Amino acid sequence: MEMAHPLRGEVVQLYKNLLYLGREYPKGAHYFRDRLKKAFMKNRDVKDPEKLKELIARGEFVIKELEALYYLRKYRAMKQRYYEEDENK
Amino acid sequence: MALRALVGVKRVIDYAVKIRVKPDKTGVVTDGVKHSMNPFCEIAIEEAVRLKEKKIVSEIIAVSCGPQQCQETIRTALAMGADRGIHVDVSGKDYESLGPFQVSKILAALAKKENVNLVLLGKQAIDDDCNQTGQMTAAQLDWPQGTFASEVKVEGEKLKVVREIDGGLETISIKLPAVVTADLRLNEPRYATLPNIMKAKKKKLETVKPSDLGVTLASQVQILSVEEPPQRQAGVKVQTTEDLVAKLKEVGRI
Repeated sequence: MEMAHPLRGEVVQLYKNLLYLGREYPKGAHYFRDRLKKAFMKNRDVKDPEKLKELIARGEFVIKELEALYYLRKYRAMKQRYYEEDENK
Repeated sequence: MALRALVGVKRVIDYAVKIRVKPDKTGVVTDGVKHSMNPFCEIAIEEAVRLKEKKIVSEIIAVSCGPQQCQETIRTALAMGADRGIHVDVSGKDYESLGPFQVSKILAALAKKENVNLVLLGKQAIDDDCNQTGQMTAAQLDWPQGTFASEVKVEGEKLKVVREIDGGLETISIKLPAVVTADLRLNEPRYATLPNIMKAKKKKLETVKPSDLGVTLASQVQILSVEEPPQRQAGVKVQTTEDLVAKLKEVGRI
């Protein structure tokens, strides 16, 4: 059996973190999980450490984007519900 | 002066959930419904964590009153950066009638017991929209209050609080210890990420009963009826100006 890739742990952790974030995804956790899995499976054969680091960085970027998306979504909902008059000014 | 902060976090039905009223009009459906931390409480926690990052606050204690599930809300607060949690166990009938008055008594008792000098709360919860807990807690403790805060600055023994008021901002200076309630624009709360949730499991979370704090939960409020807002009437399409005028006359608009 071939040895586990040294970056395997990082990739698994990234996947878990994304999966956790996906629970709140507006289109649903299932929708998110299917696409997440597809995205990871697409790169399953990547072994080059440089390329892997690049892909992990992209994953980290997506995490930041999702956090920003959730924050804005909530902020807008609160603003609309509680500060409606401000919008009309 | 190093501050010790007590932050209240309330477990509410998630903001994105469509609320349904129970057929018997006694309340809203909560079983099997997604709950999360009240968004204004997230802002309160975030502010405490930022003050800690600036070394102004030395310890943050997150507290939540309610059933067992409130511990998840406390975990979220711990993941965001609170140091330890206190779960005040209130369930059954007591939880149904738990309101700002009872919670303020609990928070005041905890503030004294934990020897804190800053109580940070959300300005209101998105479930009952009371906007009373902070004010009542300040009254129970006889501390000054800075409500609807959109900016908080510690200046020696005082707090400078910029408040959101009708038509503008008000800046006040209050003496510590004090109670501050967070408004929407105070900060942008960080996300409780999975690694931080996992780390938060190692943080201390104690459970106490209101009676341990010498607080009784008797309520003077009786909920008579909970009802949905009136449904919006469907619109009608008209073909001609005459039709429009006729319709407007029909509904008494002209």
